[in-house]
Amino acid sequence: MQERTQNIRAAARRLLEEKKVDCVIGYIEGTIPLRAQPFVAYTPEEADKLIWSSFCGGNLATITSARKGTMAVVAQGCVSRNLAGLIHENRLERKNLHVIGVPCIGMLDFRKIEARVPYMNVVSVTEEENSITVHGYDTEGNEASETILRREVKRDNCYTCLHRNPVNANETVAAPVDETAGGNIDYIATPWIKLDADGRKQEFAKNFASCIRCYACRDACPLCYCTTCFVDENMPQWCGKTQDPADVQTFHILRAFHCAGRCTDCGACETACPQGIKMRRLTSMLEKDVRRLWEYEPGMSDEAEPPLATFTQNDPQEHFK
Amino acid sequence: MKCRVLKKDELGGLLNSLQKSYSVFAPTQDAAVPNKTVWTELPEDQLPLEHFVNTDMSPKNFLFPQTEVMMHFSTQEGTKPPIFSPEQESDKPRILWNVRPCDAKALSFMDMIFCQDDYTCDNYWAQKRDRTILAGLACNAPCPSCFCSAVDCGPHHTEGLDLLLTPLNGTYLILPVTERGNALIAHLPEADAKAETAAADKKIAAEERVTHNLRGFSLEKVEQATLIEMYNLPYWDRVSETCLNCGTCTFICPTCHCFDIQDETKAFQTDEGRRVRNWDFCMSPLFTLHTSGHNPRGSKTARVRQRFMHKLKYIPMKNDGAIGCVGCGRCVRLCPVNIDIREVAEHMNTGAEHV
Repeated sequence: MQERTQNIRAAARRLLEEKKVDCVIGYIEGTIPLRAQPFVAYTPEEADKLIWSSFCGGNLATITSARKGTMAVVAQGCVSRNLAGLIHENRLERKNLHVIGVPCIGMLDFRKIEARVPYMNVVSVTEEENSITVHGYDTEGNEASETILRREVKRDNCYTCLHRNPVNANETVAAPVDETAGGNIDYIATPWIKLDADGRKQEFAKNFASCIRCYACRDACPLCYCTTCFVDENMPQWCGKTQDPADVQTFHILRAFHCAGRCTDCGACETACPQGIKMRRLTSMLEKDVRRLWEYEPGMSDEAEPPLATFTQNDPQEHFK
Repeated sequence: MKCRVLKKDELGGLLNSLQKSYSVFAPTQDAAVPNKTVWTELPEDQLPLEHFVNTDMSPKNFLFPQTEVMMHFSTQEGTKPPIFSPEQESDKPRILWNVRPCDAKALSFMDMIFCQDDYTCDNYWAQKRDRTILAGLACNAPCPSCFCSAVDCGPHHTEGLDLLLTPLNGTYLILPVTERGNALIAHLPEADAKAETAAADKKIAAEERVTHNLRGFSLEKVEQATLIEMYNLPYWDRVSETCLNCGTCTFICPTCHCFDIQDETKAFQTDEGRRVRNWDFCMSPLFTLHTSGHNPRGSKTARVRQRFMHKLKYIPMKNDGAIGCVGCGRCVRLCPVNIDIREVAEHMNTGAEHV
């Protein structure tokens, strides 16, 4: 992490000093442990605050999207693929964008870490290659620390990552890592396949029962950039405003279908959700179908046409049911 | 009213006897999500959690539900004008056990918003508030994202509570705050001086911990600076660059209270309907959108600014200095982009674009 941080700072400083870009979009140290804060650096001095850690689990493509001027973006595999997708969808211009690529070993889930040390208020965290150590104080105020293996507290999506190295990067800040995280991404959709239509409906309702409709999932997602989201339309109002399951579920099902075939499984929606809802349970089936029917993975190039945005006479018809 | 002591292993018995007359709710660990504490109705014979920081959602939902039916209406044949009928409200008394002091203070703050005087008193709020007893649990180990002491609250604060429990070694010291709180515990043995001293020591230690976590944070200059100086700070553009404009901070906040009222009819049944109020949030593009299409807070920057100015400047200006924040730290903990209200307030203090 230290090497990545140093190299991100050097790249950002160079790009800003040479006036190659107006700003560098990256992360700075979070104000509390187990977090990182997205940050737009405009000067070389500000660039020196940039960091890389295991808590850069948002998606910087979201705040880059449709930004004016020239910019550099710090991007791991998933984020770089979203940037490619946004270029293809005319939200960004390739010539205005400089991708500082970060080969990624996976982001960690703050809830999983906290759950490992329920007796402790975490004050700081140090990172090693295969583990992290959290430091803090216990309920009696005594100092405490514990070392936790990285592989036990990764975010769910980082276990099944298919592309940990960035695509389309202008430069990278570390040597390439193994391309995949090893987990089988198709398994995420398995629960749906085993269920019949009623079972799926029940499972879907259960999964989203605790949703508070803050729309953090939508707002964290680089695919969701409609000027006015359908839930914010009021003439006519397409979707009710209440907590009734019908209103909540309408939002989630429509959003998922809007994003189908474009999702890079970056996990920003799950990381953003204040309720800890497993958002990927919904997207996983859609993305599995896209991989299976069109052999397509979103964002691997900024030129590939997403299959659901095009039509050919040879298209598989299986998904129209 | 005298302080009482309760042995921790006698807590279950006390709660069981209370459950004969009250629904008792308490923070419990969520079944699915790691380290997420949620408010649930306590089943009989289940003890409440003792070690938790706080619930992810504040208890405001008990008094101000996210979706609340206000009334029903119908225009059935032969009835003009429409018939209005009230929503049937439960009148069962309930106890929120182990409320954190910050959340109780927040509910007391909301009393001031919802029930301003005899003529401006929200019945929906008042009815639920009257039948809800708040049994507080003092924070002996405040977490790094709490800052209650900086906003006129504290880890053992009693405002809004009916009674306060302080966990000691093997026992709770229970401080009655109101008569109705006292009535629940008056049968317990009186606390001796030793227990009261132990609780006072816990309070001092907890306050020191919060002060340590604050690292000098204060709202002093926010109080002094004029509204217009703060309104025009270039910093608002910087903070809104990374803000997602989602509703997380407002929905989890114990003091955010904006709502939107809508009339709904069922599809194909337009002669019957209901009036509903739902939580609204200042980050939403629909918030304060006028019928004309004009929105006085039409930009992301204006919306982000609204949240912090409302809590830290507008509310104190209108309410003799009462701050619209109790320092629970939920927004600090759960903001997807780590926008930290303490850091924002620091910028409001210094006027710096970035520290």
